[in-house]
Amino acid sequence: MEPALGRSEGITINSTAADKEYKTSGAKPPRRNSRQKQEIWRRLKNQGVLWFLLLPGYGWLAFAIFIPLLIMFVFSFLSDVPFGNRVVEFTFKNYTDYFSRSFYWKLTSKSLMTGCYTTLYSILIAYPMALVIAKVLPNRWRSALFMLVIVPFWSNTLVRLYSWAIVLRNGGVIDLLLQFLGFKPATLDILYSYPAIIVGLVHGYVPYMILTLYISLDRIDNSLLEAASSLGASWWQTFWRILFPLSLPGVISGSILIFIPSIGSFIEPRLLGGRSGTMIGTIIEDQFIQLFNWPFGASLSFIMLVIVLLLMGIMALMLARMRLLRTQ
Amino acid sequence: MKSKLMYLIVIGLLLISACTSSSTQPGTQKVDEPVVSTEQVTFRVLNWNGYGSDEAFALEEFGKMYNVKIEHDYFNSEEELLTKIRTSPATYDVLLPNVAYLQIAMSEGLVEPIDVTKMKNWESLLPRFKDLPELRDNAGNIYGVPWVWGATAVAYNTEKFPEGITSMNVLWDPANKGQVAVFDSFEDEIVFAGLALGDRTPYQPDDLDAVKAKLMDLMENVKTLWASEDEFNKLFANGDISLGNYWSGAASRAAKMGLPMAFTVPQEGALGWIDTWAIAKDAPNKDLAYKWLDYMISSQFYVTWDTTAGAPTPTTQKSLDALPEDNFNRAVMGTPEMIEHLVFMETMSPETREEWNRLWEEVKASQ
Repeated sequence: MEPALGRSEGITINSTAADKEYKTSGAKPPRRNSRQKQEIWRRLKNQGVLWFLLLPGYGWLAFAIFIPLLIMFVFSFLSDVPFGNRVVEFTFKNYTDYFSRSFYWKLTSKSLMTGCYTTLYSILIAYPMALVIAKVLPNRWRSALFMLVIVPFWSNTLVRLYSWAIVLRNGGVIDLLLQFLGFKPATLDILYSYPAIIVGLVHGYVPYMILTLYISLDRIDNSLLEAASSLGASWWQTFWRILFPLSLPGVISGSILIFIPSIGSFIEPRLLGGRSGTMIGTIIEDQFIQLFNWPFGASLSFIMLVIVLLLMGIMALMLARMRLLRTQ
Repeated sequence: MKSKLMYLIVIGLLLISACTSSSTQPGTQKVDEPVVSTEQVTFRVLNWNGYGSDEAFALEEFGKMYNVKIEHDYFNSEEELLTKIRTSPATYDVLLPNVAYLQIAMSEGLVEPIDVTKMKNWESLLPRFKDLPELRDNAGNIYGVPWVWGATAVAYNTEKFPEGITSMNVLWDPANKGQVAVFDSFEDEIVFAGLALGDRTPYQPDDLDAVKAKLMDLMENVKTLWASEDEFNKLFANGDISLGNYWSGAASRAAKMGLPMAFTVPQEGALGWIDTWAIAKDAPNKDLAYKWLDYMISSQFYVTWDTTAGAPTPTTQKSLDALPEDNFNRAVMGTPEMIEHLVFMETMSPETREEWNRLWEEVKASQ
């Protein structure tokens, strides 16, 4: 049984790769391949191998994500953390507390705005770069440029943030550079302010945007662009009518990857934001680390989760409508 | 084909680095575990990081005396300390709660009663500390040994304030805008603001709204909030701040390191605190724990700590007397007038803690 599976696996990889090639070029794969695939599929199912293949992934998801989240969800309805000999009871207080104080909502909208700024600046920085890498540069340059994007990403978050502190501080790198160039700003007070948080977040998350944009731009067939220009479209028209709409899936998946972690961020606001560094993320962190009010921390997290899901739902609806309009 | 493989590699690397970097959390550290020989007992201590008991000389001295390996685990707040002993029973031998939190640990059965007759140095404690009611339960059993005490008051840069500081209201002075760092703790800040308003009983505030308004004003001057000794010292050394509310022991350590830092208890008073050693419930090495308590309050340990690293004020006359005449702890802190001048930390009800915490969150959120 083992060797037989081994042989057929080799065929599977070849055939699926070939399928994809056919899909991207628009032609239909020959029948032989799909029949072969069905054959392998049936054999996998019969042998129970399917379970064996799916179990590690879904088992891990259940243990590492679903169960802890469920525990936190239960915690969010408790009056206290059930450790030691404390008496706990079921309550909605953790949720009503959020709505009883206006400043929690204020912090939530501040965090949402932070997510928007981070995403927006990431797109502005990443789009031109991804465009050049995907459509202009020869292949051999790509690896080198990708390394430049990735290397800072390997370093520890704290190291990156502290190095930003050195750059942004009064008398820091930027300040000295401006003075050297003849600008004499009284004090360039960037560190410990709201803009410093955005700088730190954009630096941390921009590689996600570059990668997702690169992948979607690279997929766009060059002959479409050639066709556009041969039909007389200007450079701008080609970009706005063809390239940009086709790259939207990359923009959106990159935005989701960036928006969600940045609204919950707490290290960047804490280290770079100074007195304006209080966000919903730092309040949640306080509940877990400083105050040990896990139930309230959990309820804040779930409120944020609901807000994010709502926003994603609205976005998905808008996308569906856009697609509908385009096809009409 | 080749470039497709590259995306996979790149995305894999991204995910790996994202996972490793997001697990970093500032502040919490654990000491590395060296290899242990089998006959050596491991003695587990739960304390603040860099707070005396983990000084190299102490680890060596106590380790040699009783042939033990001392292992430290650290906490960043009293609540974290409580949670650690709640979640890991019978793991730690000794811990260092603030006296205001000792009562909570006692009521939850997290600490052992201490038979002080088994201690060599108990009698050397100053009566003020030995007789503290907070150390005892209703039956009179003792649960904590007062170790050191100090104040959260004002630390400032001696180069920027050569004439010194007498009032804590300099923190509110518009001339010092953007120069101030304050401790990110609702209890310390609310007491601090209460004292600045002239309230001598800040734990029973006359007017909590006035305290809130006072803190809102303070935030106008604040550059950033600090959470650990190391963080305050970095801000100070970089010149990002020139004054703030800080711990007496930490300020003396910073001055010893060469920072131009001075510490003063202003005319309005300051928040005083007493840290006590306690034995964890079902501690694995109870006999050793008694030896540890004796060693910690010995003048032998204290004097080395204060002279090499810098320490808060001791609880025994013997340790005070062993210090040089002009030592800050002996000449300023250890005087009876100073003790009268401070408002000591009190055990707060959960309701008050929650109310104060919400107030502080609202102040922080206003920025």
